[in-house]
Amino acid sequence: MILIAGILNSQLWHLVPLILAVSLVYGATRHELLSPILHHAWKTVVWMLTFMGVIFAALFVLSFWL
Amino acid sequence: MASSPFPPKNSMTDRREKPDDKPKGTIRPTPDGIEIDLRDPLIAGVFAWLWPGAGHLYQRRYAKGMLFMVCILGTFFFGLVLGEGKVVYASQFRDSSQAYPGWQGKLSRWPFAMQIGVGLPAMPAVAQSLVSTKDAPPKFNGFMAPPLDRAELNQWNKDLGTRYDLALLYTVIAGLLNWLAIYDAAAGPAFSEPADEKSKDGKSKDDKDGKTKELA
Repeated sequence: MILIAGILNSQLWHLVPLILAVSLVYGATRHELLSPILHHAWKTVVWMLTFMGVIFAALFVLSFWL
Repeated sequence: MASSPFPPKNSMTDRREKPDDKPKGTIRPTPDGIEIDLRDPLIAGVFAWLWPGAGHLYQRRYAKGMLFMVCILGTFFFGLVLGEGKVVYASQFRDSSQAYPGWQGKLSRWPFAMQIGVGLPAMPAVAQSLVSTKDAPPKFNGFMAPPLDRAELNQWNKDLGTRYDLALLYTVIAGLLNWLAIYDAAAGPAFSEPADEKSKDGKSKDDKDGKTKELA
């Protein structure tokens, strides 16, 4: 519950526009048409969130021993 | 129903079939199977640096130009507002004697090397850095001017807290993203994998299928 409240009030929300901008620009430098750009951007979003989620989960688990 | 601003597949080829609209610039294939006219890649690259998306507008790639403009400038100005205009400056301090060893010169702040990637929107920082010194106060209410000394920089960090770091991150990433856009304007979309598998006889798969079209 504390974790959820912390996330809701967290500055992590600043990541959302950043991830969107980075994904769209990166996708647009790999494709010329809208559909492939959006598809590539979506894959980049998922990849980045997964990457950060794994790191978050690892640190979260480690925090129980700190 | 509104039509997409992005060109449909093969639209460039179709458009060039008109005799009075032949391409005059550099033609490049893209991973999406269409060819694009980069016009003059050098001019497009310079435009893309000066104003994110401008290089693509010059090449008549309007949708991508607008996408780059919104994403990159949106990121840069969001960071600028978040940091109250204090995160983009080009020198360490107006009092150069307080600068870190080896970083005393003008335009010597390392994050600015990335922020300058957005071109003109970061240029006020260059002007402020060149005209303002320890004895000459900065113009325009200190917009994009370096702090006087470490005490003032510490005060900025104290006032803004983590917003200072977030804002710095936004502006730095905006500058870095525009380098990708500049590359796209100068050379077209990058291929993630070989665009055209060549067979041993030197002919591509499309050549064998008779799909290759004459451009001129």
